[in-house]
Amino acid sequence: METGNKQAMSRRGFFQKVGVTGVAAIATGSALTALPRSASAAVDSIVADKLGAGSVTMAKVNIDTPSSADNGALVRMPVSVDHPMEPGNYIESVVVLVDNNPQPFICQYDFLPEAGKAEFECRIKMAKTSKVRAIAKSNSGKLYGFEKEIQVAAGGCVG
Amino acid sequence: MAVIGKPKVRGPRQAVAKGSVVTMKTLIKHPMESGLRKDSTTGQTIPAHFIESVMVEYGGKTVVNATWTGAISKNPYFSFSIRAADSGPVKVTWKDNKGGEFSAKANLKVS
Repeated sequence: METGNKQAMSRRGFFQKVGVTGVAAIATGSALTALPRSASAAVDSIVADKLGAGSVTMAKVNIDTPSSADNGALVRMPVSVDHPMEPGNYIESVVVLVDNNPQPFICQYDFLPEAGKAEFECRIKMAKTSKVRAIAKSNSGKLYGFEKEIQVAAGGCVG
Repeated sequence: MAVIGKPKVRGPRQAVAKGSVVTMKTLIKHPMESGLRKDSTTGQTIPAHFIESVMVEYGGKTVVNATWTGAISKNPYFSFSIRAADSGPVKVTWKDNKGGEFSAKANLKVS
């Protein structure tokens, strides 16, 4: 009886441990795959190509989507930029990039001040778990960005 | 063949105050083939067929212009904001890489 209890306990303990280390392994694994220097640098160069070179301030931009997606073929991508939209001071462009996609550049949106607010929502495909970036450029050339890791359960290549 | 087209644009049904920022929603049927996918039976690459640009015209100006790739999901939903200035149509035009062009509009009432 006692041994049975002990066994049950240890089995539970075993799964708890495996669960924790398993999750930790996934977390470190994805961190390693999401940030290989070369891929990250390649995405940086795409940003420079689309919006011009410059340092990106991590502020003002937000991607309001959960950090995990069940279906990589359909990931909600609502982006908003908290910045005035007046003639002479507005957000000119926003680009969305997924580091681990075969083609990291997803989409670009160009705005006029008449848009009232630099925000949009679209749905994108993600091949696997990846860092997603939204980079905004103001008419004066300042770059603002936001990045977020999104876990993908099933890849979007089938979509 | 999958259905392509049926573009839709929706905005607020009631009149909105001048100067307010309103959200417009759009939907279109399109396969959005990236050109990277292979047919599982023949093993051949499925040719790319996706919407490349989406243009939003309001008050005689292109207020929002989107550049898309094959990484946008199929039957793409897209929403955006505009500042209500005058009553009139908000026209959205989608263009794909095979020359397909679709457009739809919604009338915005401004009080």
